[in-house]
Amino acid sequence: MATSTYLEAINQALFEEMERDESVFLLGEDIGIYGGAFKVTKGLYKAFGGDRVIDTPISESAIIGSAIGAAITGLRPVAEMQFADFITVGFNQLVANAATLYYRHNIPVPMVVRAPSGGGIRGGPFHSRNPEAWFFHQPGLKIVAPATARDAKGLLKSSIRDNNPVIYFEHKYLYRRVKEELPKEEIVVPLGKANISREGDDVTVITYGAMVFECLDAAKKLFEEHDISAQVIDLRTLQPLDMELILQSVQKTSRVVIVHEASLSGGIGAEIAARISEKAFEYLDAPVKRIASLDTPTPFSPILENEFMPNAEKIYNAILEIMKF
Amino acid sequence: MSESSGNIEDPVKIELFRLVLKTRMTEDRIIALYRQGKIVGGVYTGRGVEATTVASALALEKKDYLFPIHRDLGAHLAKGQTILNILLQYLGKGNNLTKGKESGIHFSDRSLNIIGNISHLGAMIPVAVGVALSLKLQKQNSVALNFIGEGGSNIGDFHEGLNFAAVQQLPFVLIIENNQYAYSTPVEKEYRARYLSDRAKGYGIPGYHIDGTDAIKVYQTVKEAVERARSGKGPALIECKSFRMVGHSAHDDAFYVDKELRKKYEKKDPLIKLEKYLLKNNILDHDSVDRIRQEIAEKIEDATEKAIESPLPDPEWAYGAIYASNSDRMAYGD
Ligand SMILES: Cc1ncc(C[n+]2csc(CCOP(=O)(O)OP(=O)(O)O)c2C)c(N)n1
Repeated sequence: MATSTYLEAINQALFEEMERDESVFLLGEDIGIYGGAFKVTKGLYKAFGGDRVIDTPISESAIIGSAIGAAITGLRPVAEMQFADFITVGFNQLVANAATLYYRHNIPVPMVVRAPSGGGIRGGPFHSRNPEAWFFHQPGLKIVAPATARDAKGLLKSSIRDNNPVIYFEHKYLYRRVKEELPKEEIVVPLGKANISREGDDVTVITYGAMVFECLDAAKKLFEEHDISAQVIDLRTLQPLDMELILQSVQKTSRVVIVHEASLSGGIGAEIAARISEKAFEYLDAPVKRIASLDTPTPFSPILENEFMPNAEKIYNAILEIMKF
Repeated sequence: MSESSGNIEDPVKIELFRLVLKTRMTEDRIIALYRQGKIVGGVYTGRGVEATTVASALALEKKDYLFPIHRDLGAHLAKGQTILNILLQYLGKGNNLTKGKESGIHFSDRSLNIIGNISHLGAMIPVAVGVALSLKLQKQNSVALNFIGEGGSNIGDFHEGLNFAAVQQLPFVLIIENNQYAYSTPVEKEYRARYLSDRAKGYGIPGYHIDGTDAIKVYQTVKEAVERARSGKGPALIECKSFRMVGHSAHDDAFYVDKELRKKYEKKDPLIKLEKYLLKNNILDHDSVDRIRQEIAEKIEDATEKAIESPLPDPEWAYGAIYASNSDRMAYGD
């Protein structure tokens, strides 16, 4: 056992997969000698050389597009977006090309786009986005969003081994704040399986990414102060969703709060709420509640950003409200 | 015809003619089927650009990768695609290469190293560059070749793709099919430069501006660029100037096209030009031209019959898998 940060866990996954499979290579901006804007690829250039850790021009569409080309000719590219925000520049390549190739031509596209996402780091409107819902609407993509170091490592390994285009949202706020003991043995966490982060019977709290920790804080306090036991589900994979686990939990608790850091409207929470109302309506004792960021760009000033984002206190209040039904 | 056309052997010239003719005749059949209401969706033809598209693809080896776009039926044929597969695609049949999932000219073929385009103009450039990167990394000694219209050359992907290919010195060749109109828009409203091939300077790669109605010239130029790329010397940009002799698609009468320009280019019809050249230089005689024409006509007849009789897709296929599994056949070249 050794202690690893969330960021180090990602680095380890990249290292181990590159060592295991020589078809795996990295491309992105400043990922070589510099080790990436956040140092996620630190040491990899030295270990594997410039043919497997490729510094690219600032061309997100070319990064993602050429990853597609490499993926269909025998390689397993892992592309880095310097910030998830800039994935918009390569949007067309992901949704029009990568996502549809298998359906249209039966050609698998085994590639990963790593996208450092999320707020709380005072990044302002263009360095804080959580753009998962845009991609959630495009059939053919898989979407992953780990919260723990263990999952960051294990899910990245599965993403690299998967035969489909996977967008891997790594939360910047968690990079160095999350530290865990990781076992020496290999960690591989399957895609499409959510995790119960805290057991509970009274209310189901569905979340992912950095909000997992806010939800756990809220759940702890609710238990201590009100004897309310919340079951916290960390989705881990957003596409495909683990509806089985979600519905099991809803049937047990009859109350649901969905929490995400992405803006409210058209978010992944909306789809989950719709599916719950279609498939488990008779189990519900209260309306499904969603807690999310405001429907505005991410504001820069800390005072404004705090107001903009969900946090443990807002989640705590929402759960109390739901328990009144 | 080009001065140096002597470098190219007669059988290649005859093959160019056969393929340009085959393209023209196959497209004529597709248009006839369209008028009969048998084609699913629209039809874009390459009338006027056949020399460019056929000769570029013929300059490739079997192991090289071809990325054709919407007027490149001729490139599919030159890389070895059958008329039957093409017609099945246009008729939306269940036994076509995309199982009815994709429209007329959008299809791939692993066995021929052809990767089909999507509608978004320019979107295949970065993908083709990625294939070239992959070929270089895997030391495969192959080349990726992609087309783009002069209209599509104004899309951002053109710049991102070509620049990345240049930086990495990838085995990539980009052919600009400058047929002087993008739908109804003439070149004056598309770009300011005299030659689009001058953009190559900005990327530090060679650029060529050639007569795209001259199949032999195109073949020569592309062949050189492809072999240069294969030898590790990096990408090239080749602008082939031609003319779109018909409307943008089968529904468009092209009323907006400049009459003088049309007249000028009718005299440069790539098919007639090549035929005249071959006859004049005694490479082919009238009888052999007729024989070639007859052979193609029979193939088209046969393929049309088979294609029309072919089954439609099963409605169940609409639910077809969107994710690959571990049992799928993976990469091209496997
Ligand atoms: C990104 C994008 N915008 C618009 C279109 C619609 N469209 C299809 S073909 C075409 C004209 C293309 O002109 P050009 O690239 O010169 O090729 P040509 O058709 O003349 O061969 C347009 C506007 C498209 N397919 N993709």
